[in-house]
Amino acid sequence: MIGFSVNGKRVDLDVDPFTPLLWVIREHLGLTGTKYGCGMAQCGACTVHIDGTAVRSCVAPVSRVIGKAVTTIEGLSSDLSNPLQRAWLEEDVPQCGYCQSGQLMSAAVLLRDKPTPTDEDIDQAMTGNICRCGTYPRIRRAIHRAAGLVAKEGTR
Amino acid sequence: MSGRKASTGMERRDFLKFSIAASGGLMIGFQFPGIGKLAFAQQASANTFMPNAFVRIGTDERVTVIVNHSEMGQGVYTSLPMLLAEELDADWTKVGFEPAPVDPKYNHPVFGMQMTGGSSSVWSGMEQFRQAGAAARAMLIAAAAQQWKTNATACRTESGAVFNGSRKLTYGQLVGAAARLTPPANVQLKDPKTFKLIGKPIKRLDTPEKLNGKAVFGIDVKLPGMLTAVVVRAPIFGAKMKSFDDSRALSMAGVRKIAAIPSGVAVIADSFWQAKMARDVIRVDWDEGSMQTFSTSQMMQQFREQAKSPGTSVRNDGDAAGALAKAAKKIEAVYEVPYLSHLMMEPLNCAVDLRQDTCEIWTGTQFQTVDRANAAKAAGLPNEKVQIHTTFLGGGFGRRANPQSDFVVEAIHVAKAAGAPVKVIWTREDDMAGGWYRPAFLHAIEGGLDASGNAVSWRSRLVGQSIMAGTLFAAMMMKGKDYDPSSVEGVDDLPYAIPNLAVESHQADVGIPVQWWRSVGHSHTAFATECFVDELAGLAEKDPYQFRRQLLGKQPRHLGVLDLVAKKAEWDKPAPKGIGRGIAVHFSFGSYSAQVAEVSVTDGNVRVHRMVCAIDCGQYVNPGIIAAQTEGGAIFGASAALFQELTFASGRLQQTNFNTFPVMRMNECPEIETYIVENNEKSGGIGEPGVPCAAPAIANAVFAVTGKRIRRLPIRLTEAV
Repeated sequence: MIGFSVNGKRVDLDVDPFTPLLWVIREHLGLTGTKYGCGMAQCGACTVHIDGTAVRSCVAPVSRVIGKAVTTIEGLSSDLSNPLQRAWLEEDVPQCGYCQSGQLMSAAVLLRDKPTPTDEDIDQAMTGNICRCGTYPRIRRAIHRAAGLVAKEGTR
Repeated sequence: MSGRKASTGMERRDFLKFSIAASGGLMIGFQFPGIGKLAFAQQASANTFMPNAFVRIGTDERVTVIVNHSEMGQGVYTSLPMLLAEELDADWTKVGFEPAPVDPKYNHPVFGMQMTGGSSSVWSGMEQFRQAGAAARAMLIAAAAQQWKTNATACRTESGAVFNGSRKLTYGQLVGAAARLTPPANVQLKDPKTFKLIGKPIKRLDTPEKLNGKAVFGIDVKLPGMLTAVVVRAPIFGAKMKSFDDSRALSMAGVRKIAAIPSGVAVIADSFWQAKMARDVIRVDWDEGSMQTFSTSQMMQQFREQAKSPGTSVRNDGDAAGALAKAAKKIEAVYEVPYLSHLMMEPLNCAVDLRQDTCEIWTGTQFQTVDRANAAKAAGLPNEKVQIHTTFLGGGFGRRANPQSDFVVEAIHVAKAAGAPVKVIWTREDDMAGGWYRPAFLHAIEGGLDASGNAVSWRSRLVGQSIMAGTLFAAMMMKGKDYDPSSVEGVDDLPYAIPNLAVESHQADVGIPVQWWRSVGHSHTAFATECFVDELAGLAEKDPYQFRRQLLGKQPRHLGVLDLVAKKAEWDKPAPKGIGRGIAVHFSFGSYSAQVAEVSVTDGNVRVHRMVCAIDCGQYVNPGIIAAQTEGGAIFGASAALFQELTFASGRLQQTNFNTFPVMRMNECPEIETYIVENNEKSGGIGEPGVPCAAPAIANAVFAVTGKRIRRLPIRLTEAV
């Protein structure tokens, strides 16, 4: 049995320990917000947090999270109250939307570590997340906007 | 899809009339066939008013707009509901969307089948959705007037309710009464001056569910008892399987079945990872066939040879060859572009529940009618027994509109073998190797100037594969022509006033499957023509913007976007130090686009710092979406211009994933500004017209800063001349 927590909930799974965390999240736990894009940590669509660190779950064997806390897009906030989700709404960021879970999860770590990120900080944190629709300019604006919301409201 | 010009002989407006007549305007009592298992397909019930196939109003005040085009990022789940809600005077906060089932009622009014492509959803749906909303509104008013025993003309509507003096009935309260009425024969559409939604940057309806993981893409579909499959496909196009050894794979955990199917070997398991692990140990012996020696470098060499002889004449104004012989100055250039993958973020996938006499399909497709017909044939069922549930598409760019329905038909064969509901998932590598690429093209162009530096002659000779030849669209799209209009679109209508102009086409016969790729022929014709115009300007020692202006005197809308972009980019002021500026203008899919790129080049690496875009798509619905599509199109085009190329050696594709076929990333993305031209012209497309100008604008900017001409994509300074 492999035990860890997902979005605050304890899970124990009978699964091959080499299975990538991505497929365990999607298929065993039914949390399909985390996406498959490349399978080799190239595109960032599968980004989740493991104990607060942004990780490409497509290359992380599930054994790596034993005893750890995993957060997926579904755990960012269920009611779209997270400042990033609100900023994404305000800037109308997504097009096809497939990469946006990963974009948000990468941005969440950036904003926690650097509450007022510069454009260079954004480049550094977000360059691992590909968007084929080309929403980058709006993602950049939304991250700045979210930083403003956090500063104003003092939350998160 | 190709532009509407090439698609059919019928005028667009005629088609719109035809469609409204054919749809009978309104369809009381219309029932959904084959209702799905997922929440997004809900049946009309006693508590709803469904005056036609496009709208359903509930007693809970919800207005659900049924959208017949697929949402692949381009915003149709917002812009089409806006059209309907505008005429309905709906309360926008109560408006939702639902994908249409497959039914002729939902056919594209111009292309005659249910599909999404050709940047056509909004202009083709404009009348359809407005009419549907206006008809529903008229019936709600009639129901209220009946209740109040007054005239309909004494009633007005606003924000989801009918008013008469101080009396008010909400649409939800009128559902039952309105459903008993006969739809009106004619409805009056609003005066555009009174629009409340159309023309406003309304936020997209599909954004919330794309921010919390709830949006369901094809790859997310889960059916009770569903298995997951991956397929071993031929490593070379046209290769045939001789035998396979699955002895190791069969004993692996979770593997349910391994079976030969027409496209290869299906590995069916409890989960994706188990299927993939098992696939990795299957050995297949292939008869590699005639493509085993194919290489793109040899192919391009053949293209260069072919370009030396005249091709099929596409356009012939004046005497291009004669004028060239007499020209005071002349120049020739050969432009080459590679095969490209669509590379949607969501790799191909398809879920199928195949029963004795029914078949349900869940997938992100752009091609419902074609897919249903192909799936029915593969399943051995009549069309009406096959239903397709369209999910969100994690990008489409043309790949999910496959004339053979490759990813759907294959899933049917897998489902036959599985004997249970099954979802076929393509890995990224499978998706990239799966074919149906943007074809490689070569443009050999010669041009001449007279003694005063005026362009007097131009001859374009194109070599490349047809995307139509051999498909079920060949007859419709090629119409007996001996060339493919979608190969030459964008050069056959070259807008520049050059008196002697010839366009010739060589159709190459290559065994690589090719298909429409966002902006289709324009994706290469704009690069070749707009770079060559720059080369002519250089030969004439004129400014590239002014040189274009002179040749576009009779093209006011080209001039409009060109002047706008030049003004916004401050073309008349010198570029910052170390920065080169390039400009391009192009018409495609009913819209006019111009872009200016600012680039620097360091150690041979091109960096795009800024792109200024001007777009004239006539009357528009949602300027926020117009800007998003224009920006996204420019980035899509820039990715191809800077990074992307598919190559083959010994018949095998040499690129496999994002590491070898890169996409522009955040740190490489320029600042982008978009300016929309305001006018009352017919609506044009917006999904594709942002793409074509990016490559030539960037290439021309590279010349401005390095003095080197870019004649091959992706841009490599080592190959510049």
